Amino acid sequence: MVVDDIDDEATSQVFHALADTTRRDILRRAVSGDLSVSRLAEHYPMSFAAVQKHVAVLERAGLVSKQRNGREHLVKTNPRAVRAIRDTIDRLENAWFGRIERMARLLDEDTKGQPT
Amino acid sequence: MTVTSVDKDLDNLTLTLVADFEAPVAEVWQLWADPRKLERWWGPPTYPATVEEHDLTPGGDVTYFMTGPEGDRHRGWWRVDAVEPPTSLEFTDGFADADGKPVADMPVTTMRMRLTEHDGGTRMEMRSTFDTREQMEQLDKMGMTEGLKQAVGQMDALLPG
Repeated sequence: MVVDDIDDEATSQVFHALADTTRRDILRRAVSGDLSVSRLAEHYPMSFAAVQKHVAVLERAGLVSKQRNGREHLVKTNPRAVRAIRDTIDRLENAWFGRIERMARLLDEDTKGQPT
Repeated sequence: MTVTSVDKDLDNLTLTLVADFEAPVAEVWQLWADPRKLERWWGPPTYPATVEEHDLTPGGDVTYFMTGPEGDRHRGWWRVDAVEPPTSLEFTDGFADADGKPVADMPVTTMRMRLTEHDGGTRMEMRSTFDTREQMEQLDKMGMTEGLKQAVGQMDALLPG
């Protein structure tokens, strides 16, 4: 595991939030940022309260934020959080690039250290 | 050494990396099988690793800690799922607390490593599957696939650089 700069608790929250079809759908629809919770709720076969709960999970994971607009709450996606998912995989890639370089150096040392 | 290919699969949250070494398979295997060698490449240069337990048998544990620049210690563990010396190793990789106990809430990575002879040297294929296998399967079943791809696709346009 890479320790340096992954905030693992936040990552877990993001993955948990995304492990639900409705929440992923809300995330998609909220990209433009002009949907209120009640408008969102029209899309799903569940109560307004249930949709609100889903939005709250996304909000806690930092994937969306709510903005007050008069009597409505508009749901807006936080693109940085979504990008963070990809960054996590990028970091894993970088960690392995570094490891493979060090492995190669170690193999070189071994060869040089042996009489031929 | 050449990294031949990198495949980042956002849908399945896997990272597959292929690298070629000039050294024979047995020597590359030793980098995994010899704890004194393993600790020289596992941790980032600024967080050198010290391997404590090192049991490369199915169900066996590898435990290690990495020492940071401030003397801070970060513990980690592997649980060996399958091993076939000198060509393949599968393990789960996770974090541990200060007492060396696995931290349940932290994500774990599943690793699959294969070594094959290739052009007089060794080809190493590594697949890292992010987070727990259960969670991955769950994500996959729920159609994370399209959702995430679309969301990320739309967002790229909104982001600078």
